[in-house]
Amino acid sequence: MSAFTPYQSIAATRRLLRSKEISPVELLEGLEQRIATADSSIGAYIARDLEAAKNEAVTADLSKPLGGIPIGIKDAISVAGQPLQSASRILDGYTAPYDATAVAHLRAAGAIPFGRMNMDEFAMGSSTENSAFHPTRNPWDLNRIPGGSSGGSAAAVASGTALATLGSDTGGSIRQPAALCGCVGLKPTYGRVSRYGLIAFASSLDQIGPLTSTVEDSGILLNAMAGKDPHDSTSLELPDEDFTAEIGRDLKGLRIGVPKEYFVDGMEPCVRASVDAAVKQLVSLGAEPVEISLPHTEYAVAVYYIIATAEASANLARFDGVRYGRRSPEAKDLLSLYEKTRAEGFGREVKRRIILGTYVLSSGYYDAYYLRAQKVRTLIRRDFDQAFTKVDAIVSPTSPETAFRLGEKTDDPLKMYLADIFTIATNLAGICGLSLPCGFSNRDGVDLPVGLQLLGRPFGESRLLRIGHAYEQSTDWHKRRPGLIS
Amino acid sequence: MEFSMSTEAPHHTIDVPYLARLARLEVTPEEIEIFGPQIGRILDHVEQMNKLDISGIEPTAHAITVFDVIREDAVTESLPKKTILENAPHNANGLFVVPKVLD
Repeated sequence: MSAFTPYQSIAATRRLLRSKEISPVELLEGLEQRIATADSSIGAYIARDLEAAKNEAVTADLSKPLGGIPIGIKDAISVAGQPLQSASRILDGYTAPYDATAVAHLRAAGAIPFGRMNMDEFAMGSSTENSAFHPTRNPWDLNRIPGGSSGGSAAAVASGTALATLGSDTGGSIRQPAALCGCVGLKPTYGRVSRYGLIAFASSLDQIGPLTSTVEDSGILLNAMAGKDPHDSTSLELPDEDFTAEIGRDLKGLRIGVPKEYFVDGMEPCVRASVDAAVKQLVSLGAEPVEISLPHTEYAVAVYYIIATAEASANLARFDGVRYGRRSPEAKDLLSLYEKTRAEGFGREVKRRIILGTYVLSSGYYDAYYLRAQKVRTLIRRDFDQAFTKVDAIVSPTSPETAFRLGEKTDDPLKMYLADIFTIATNLAGICGLSLPCGFSNRDGVDLPVGLQLLGRPFGESRLLRIGHAYEQSTDWHKRRPGLIS
Repeated sequence: MEFSMSTEAPHHTIDVPYLARLARLEVTPEEIEIFGPQIGRILDHVEQMNKLDISGIEPTAHAITVFDVIREDAVTESLPKKTILENAPHNANGLFVVPKVLD
């Protein structure tokens, strides 16, 4: 019997489990020990139930693709019988009555959901500072944020306290924290993974996806989760696909688009240099670089913050103090029950977005804001359609900067929003995107991870993972570990 | 593309208390003072969309649209009533309890 080793991939752990070098219960106990040591300074976890997980581990079927593999779940995703709060006070005391379809699929593949991962409240934020529980810290520098909104999911993988986790991505919430923490994050194509059981933020943009330590692992998890779900009418019926099938093939003949709008002044110099070097590396692996243009990029932040807040203001109307979570003890009548419960239950960023979303949908402003944004969304989508007639994938930085300090942007929401510039157009266009480590930027004496973003055509995940894997295996970035935690 | 912001007063002003009422959200005087200029500045940024000619462009509601998703109209199992009610802040006799609506 061997002990649990942090940072082992799903693929490697699966081999150890099958050869009985470690049992699923030992794996969980080792993981719990690692969490107890490393997570006290990071705060990636909100809650976890070791006993419940061990009960599942005892009967784990190791012949299944994810047999006995524990997976951390973002607090926006339902796991039957476990707390579900989207890191919000308004859902205090709420227990998920059913499994999200993505979680049910993971279970069917043998996985054990273990741990509730911290996040920005209702997935609104880019730093995990908007959690009602506590902030999560970046494993590379505890004074810095892990990114968001799936900051707990990314920080756990990057600190070796989870083999893999689920996150959700509405405007970059999987890819940006993966980039800032130095792990792999995949946002599948809209419709690829069912959203049933994911607490809705912006329904036309939300998508569940994996955060992992290797590109191959993200394919393994997508294999388990993808598919049509009768509970989500936007999930799509597609032929069965092994998303790891192209992994290991070389890049000869693939064309990689380099969008000139994504390489602009104002970026952190080391991010620019790392991504430039990554493009050269992809070329040395056989890919052909093609300069492309995504001319409507500059409008993406504007379009996103209208559409996402409009949808959020409608989706969050259900939190009214009647059916779930908390109710204000101050409520005198039905109106004050709504108004006071929501005032006490929602954090500041959520309130700000509800008010903005209400404004853009309100009488007299709908055409000028919401309808116009939907039309510009069409132009953004067309940019990608046109680009993908010329290239197999698009390469860019995931974020214009590495992890910023806690508190650095909390007073300036627009500044926080503008940092999402490279990830949000992906969601508006519905395409798939992958972030993986491509270098480090030294800030104040500390090396911070830089993320490379690869974007693919709708339902082009297999090609994306092939490119990502080839790059990953030709570099050592994914092997570096934060020095702060032993 | 610009990553730094001006601190000047925004061009857009919004009626925060009115919008908060529409959203059934009580806001404090402090929040009104903070949200007004912040949202104003976001709307200033959004204004750049007006530079674009969007005549003849169809709106996109969903990037990948599927139409007419229907299922068989069959009775299927749903979640147990008890499980759902137990998650409510106040329930009795198999119902959600709310303050009196009519006198």
